[in-house]
Amino acid sequence: MRSAPRTAARRTTLPFYHQSFHNLQELRHNASLSNKVFVQRDYTEGTVCKFQTKFPSELDSRIERTLFEDTVKTLNNYYAEAEKIGGQSYLEGCLACATAYLIFLCMETRYEKVLKKISHYIQEQNEKIYAPRGLLITDPIERGMRVIEISIYEDRGSSGSSSGSSSTTCSSGR
Amino acid sequence: MISKKAASRRWEKLPGKNTFCCDGRVMMARQKGVFYLTLFLIVGTCALFFAFECPYLALHLSPAIPVFAILLFLFVMAMLLRTSFSDPGVLPRALPEEATFIEMEIEAANANVPAGQRPPPRIRNVQINSQIVKLKYCYTCKIFRPPRASHCSICDNCVDRFDHHCPWVGNCVGKRNYRYFYLFTLSLSLLTIYIFAFDIVHVVLRSVDSGFVNTLKETPGTYPLLVCFFTLWSVVGLTGFHTYLISLNQTTNEDIKGSWSGKNRVQNPYSHKNIIKNCCEVLCGPAYPSVLDRRGLMVEELPTSASLDGTTEVPLSKAPSPHTAPRKTTAPLIPNEHTPEDVKPGIAASLEKSHTSEEERMPTPLNTPCKSPTQDRGPSSPKEKVQKL
Repeated sequence: MRSAPRTAARRTTLPFYHQSFHNLQELRHNASLSNKVFVQRDYTEGTVCKFQTKFPSELDSRIERTLFEDTVKTLNNYYAEAEKIGGQSYLEGCLACATAYLIFLCMETRYEKVLKKISHYIQEQNEKIYAPRGLLITDPIERGMRVIEISIYEDRGSSGSSSGSSSTTCSSGR
Repeated sequence: MISKKAASRRWEKLPGKNTFCCDGRVMMARQKGVFYLTLFLIVGTCALFFAFECPYLALHLSPAIPVFAILLFLFVMAMLLRTSFSDPGVLPRALPEEATFIEMEIEAANANVPAGQRPPPRIRNVQINSQIVKLKYCYTCKIFRPPRASHCSICDNCVDRFDHHCPWVGNCVGKRNYRYFYLFTLSLSLLTIYIFAFDIVHVVLRSVDSGFVNTLKETPGTYPLLVCFFTLWSVVGLTGFHTYLISLNQTTNEDIKGSWSGKNRVQNPYSHKNIIKNCCEVLCGPAYPSVLDRRGLMVEELPTSASLDGTTEVPLSKAPSPHTAPRKTTAPLIPNEHTPEDVKPGIAASLEKSHTSEEERMPTPLNTPCKSPTQDRGPSSPKEKVQKL
């Protein structure tokens, strides 16, 4: 399914808006994947889920450093909240043990609630910040909580991307 | 063009040597014989106890005795099944792009090695709480293992906070099911001691009435006595061992390898140096979710026309976006004897965005129990498959 060709009027003049994708749908239909960046886990505080806030060089021309760091820091805070060992986790653990963990069949754990919040947050970030810049964040839970995968898209019409990989697209016949 | 769609769940395509039951809800190792033995021993012993000794004990001593035994038995079974059937914390294997990305990083790091010389082992050093921990690269899963993770050769998976593979429960014991395993051993110890004690009481009381030899002849309920006597020592010993490990916040794997034995001033960086805190973390920590998507749906388009050059798998989600992007990589995956034959660098990987929380569950009937996923990723299938691992 091809959309109408973009007109020059829709291009913006901001440096990071050289790809004028307005929403996720347009991103998927008009763009082709050119590269992926993987933000690794930060193990300096042990096995808690935390990602490195180091800014990948491939995103240098795509997004402002502060926006990226804010996203990763917020995600780290969410995970810290989920894995916090305190009064609420003790209560949940003791109650669950007393019911032989059958209570988990009907109740959602705190971790699962936070994961839902994370999923909404990532979707919101994708819609507001990343898709207009031709980027897409994958929820870490879909990659085994090992990496934050950021997909870099290039406009289908452009020839030769700065990231150096060529990509051909295959129409899915829809 | 007519194309058939075959819907399947992700567990059918997962690599590793696990068995899945109840349409992906249950996950176990392949060898289950010893697990059935465990079940038989526990259920059989308790059945004999309830049938032949509890009536006598309820009458002559107190009806609370069998009631408590039943509750304890149910708790033991719940913990056993929870340990055996849950995902121990399996880490999904790296998708081709991630594997390639890591390979490129390794190549860049090894650029200084002269040609012809063996490259250094793939190890990443991480500092955790002022202790250097080495993360090893797993050639099967194509990832650098997180700290405390280990690859189980029986299940062929990397498991987070790997403790050990337990044949008695028919599964690995890892981050997600360690507390259930510990509660299983603890409650089984209590149950064994309980049955052993009341069995002796029962034999003594009956012997007072009718003599010792007659008692042994009358009630087959003395068989639990024998079973309990022999299993008591091993189960109680195991519980004691794991209590010791928990108080130090160590895994069986680390204990066996002597990772934190104190040689070269190596200390356990994960321990809080406080027994209560360590116990609380292991037993009362959060219930970690499974990162292995077993029940997500995959819909394959089967091409009926030969002219179709490549099909993609479309996930049944609200925002599907399949597209293929063959990438030219400068560093091909370094083949080695551990690399499974499926991952080849030249084949384009099809990418998919799936929101597992939004996928709807198809009401499929229960499959035949305990099917092993087929490993059919050889060259026989020309389709590009989405490996959502």
